[in-house]
Amino acid sequence: MELISKNYLISLLDKGIRLDGRKLEEYRKIEVSYDISEHAEGSARVKIGDTEVIAGVKLETGEPYPDSPDEGNIIVSGEFLGLANEDFESGPPSVESIELSRVVDRGIRESKAIDLKKLCIKEKEKVWMVLIDIYVINDAGNLQDASALAALAALSKTKIPAYDEETKKADYKERKEKLPLVKMPVECSLGKIGKHIIVDPLLEEEKLLDARLTVASIGKVVCALQKGGNGTLSIEEIEKMLKIGIDKNSENLKVVKK
Amino acid sequence: MGKLLVKNKDLVVPGEVLVEGMDYVPGSGVFREGEMIVANSVGLVSVDNRLVKLIPLTGFYAPKKNDTVIGKVANINFNGWMIDIGHSNFAMLSLKEATNEYIDKKADLSKYYDFGDVVVAKIISTTKDGTSDLTMKGPGLNKLVNGRVIEVASTKVPRIIGKQGSMITIIKTKTNCKVVVGQNGKVWIQSENPEEERKAIDIIRFIEKESVKEGLTEKVEKLLK
Amino acid sequence: MSYTKRNDGRKFDETREIKAEVGVIKNADGSAKFQIGKTIAIAAVYGPRNLYPKFLQNPEKGMLRCNYNMLSFSVDERIRPGPSRRSKEISLVTERALSPAVDLSTFTNAVVDVFVEIIQADAGTRCAGICAASMALADAGIPMRDLVAAVSVGKVGDKLVVDLNKLEEDYEGGATDVPIAVLPRNGEISLLQMDGEMEVKEIKEALEIGKKACEKIAEIQRKALKEKYKGD
Repeated sequence: MELISKNYLISLLDKGIRLDGRKLEEYRKIEVSYDISEHAEGSARVKIGDTEVIAGVKLETGEPYPDSPDEGNIIVSGEFLGLANEDFESGPPSVESIELSRVVDRGIRESKAIDLKKLCIKEKEKVWMVLIDIYVINDAGNLQDASALAALAALSKTKIPAYDEETKKADYKERKEKLPLVKMPVECSLGKIGKHIIVDPLLEEEKLLDARLTVASIGKVVCALQKGGNGTLSIEEIEKMLKIGIDKNSENLKVVKK
Repeated sequence: MGKLLVKNKDLVVPGEVLVEGMDYVPGSGVFREGEMIVANSVGLVSVDNRLVKLIPLTGFYAPKKNDTVIGKVANINFNGWMIDIGHSNFAMLSLKEATNEYIDKKADLSKYYDFGDVVVAKIISTTKDGTSDLTMKGPGLNKLVNGRVIEVASTKVPRIIGKQGSMITIIKTKTNCKVVVGQNGKVWIQSENPEEERKAIDIIRFIEKESVKEGLTEKVEKLLK
Repeated sequence: MSYTKRNDGRKFDETREIKAEVGVIKNADGSAKFQIGKTIAIAAVYGPRNLYPKFLQNPEKGMLRCNYNMLSFSVDERIRPGPSRRSKEISLVTERALSPAVDLSTFTNAVVDVFVEIIQADAGTRCAGICAASMALADAGIPMRDLVAAVSVGKVGDKLVVDLNKLEEDYEGGATDVPIAVLPRNGEISLLQMDGEMEVKEIKEALEIGKKACEKIAEIQRKALKEKYKGD
């Protein structure tokens, strides 16, 4: 972890350069690898610079919610593992990890990325539950975007297990159809520091941000937002952040699709 | 008869037997077990006459008397400042050792050094249980304002400084950056020019990576041309 | 019931294929990955660092604290995230397996934290975790008397075997699992558990073949450590 004062960081940004030499609106290099854990129905590892996150998808059978008797459901959880950052502790999930997984959840849910009706096994009785678990392996900032991308990449490779009519459960020995992932929501986090807007903040930058905004979008449509940090944003700043976020999301989507 | 099982500069890892027999003397990074001398960490073997020790390639910082260190003010109490120097225990900077001027016990200590301030200080004493005392009285010991502090492995600090400070002088003159290196592996860098600052960081990272290779100074000079 | 041939074609005293890599987590002071067959463990070490609450601090020696965890999707039936009774017990035996190798006197009042995560499980996860953790400790530069190598030995049907896979653990003719950890230089054992039924003579024989396997594993661990540092 670097030590840096806010004034010094702002003086660098005034000159148009970030701590790691990037420009203000430049994203770090993204790498995606798939099928990293074979017992998962789908899994992926995403690296954004030195940040590394893995996500795995498990499918279980369960009862549908009464208000959506013919739809499967999604549950996203995130864990900040002690091995990822000296500040993380083992134990119950931190409030930050809960926020992170809820923002990933909203991106997927609100964009209707998964056709939940296709996850119905028997109306009112049995549906597939899509359990997405996100683990942070190395935290070098911007876990939010890495997590959303890892979840998406894992979902894109997910295959539904066979349904065993006798036990009324999943038969993990056999995976058949692809998960009906019909849309691809991507998230971009931006930070405000002084008068500057930066994308894809580093850990050191995150600690000094006045405010943060995460933009989830598909094409030109925004499907979830989360403002973070204790400071405020003006409407003009939000508009600028939305535009940059949408652009970055379209670029970053190409990495998953490749 | 004692038998040396390794040569100078051999790379060894914990548990490897370096010597059989009693003819050699164990130094740092090794220990004696029965009639053997065994490595306790990852390092390069150094045999000097009958002394067998390791040049460490990894390890954590352990405070030593007279070390110059860079740290951050972690806490302020009645007696002075607790400084985080990257060791498991905070180091103590007392009122008496903080500046050349007299500080009254009732003074607002944060006016001198506030939370989060970065200072360069010298270790004046250490105790066996891991605590150490600092002084800021002396040349070059002061608050470091408006720069950034990067971390390097403390085992690589001697290479970054170089013989009689030769390496660090090259970096400073060729990049026009202000640089202060702490024995605790913290390096403070400041420049008006972000590109030169970037260059200084890159070169320090390069030295850290290539630390034990031959001709390091020449390589660094070439890169800075 | 006679177990004449191992289900994956290995010899009875042969481990699965092993891959080891040091320095896999940038933030950590030391880290490593250890893969044996389809079981994958990663470990990270942080410290020595401040130990709280303060009453845990010991001015004579430091503390080694281990945390073993399986990722929810590392097995077919999803594991609920968070600690379980099983993971707590394994964390404890991992601590005990590693402690004899670590020189705790070099970081008084402080703690060294070891985090082990199982990414993919196919039996032998605690042993893989110990192997990864031991390399991570050496990578962090924590002074050690030796590395620690671990493997499970046991009995499948009527045969003594090394490094049981999941199918062997579930063998219908009965299987006994004995995870062990060895300090390879002097052959001392720092982890010993058993699940099943065996005679004294068989246990002794199993430990002997396990010790031999651990010597080979230690060789792989040393090589992986040197691979990281040889470029230095």
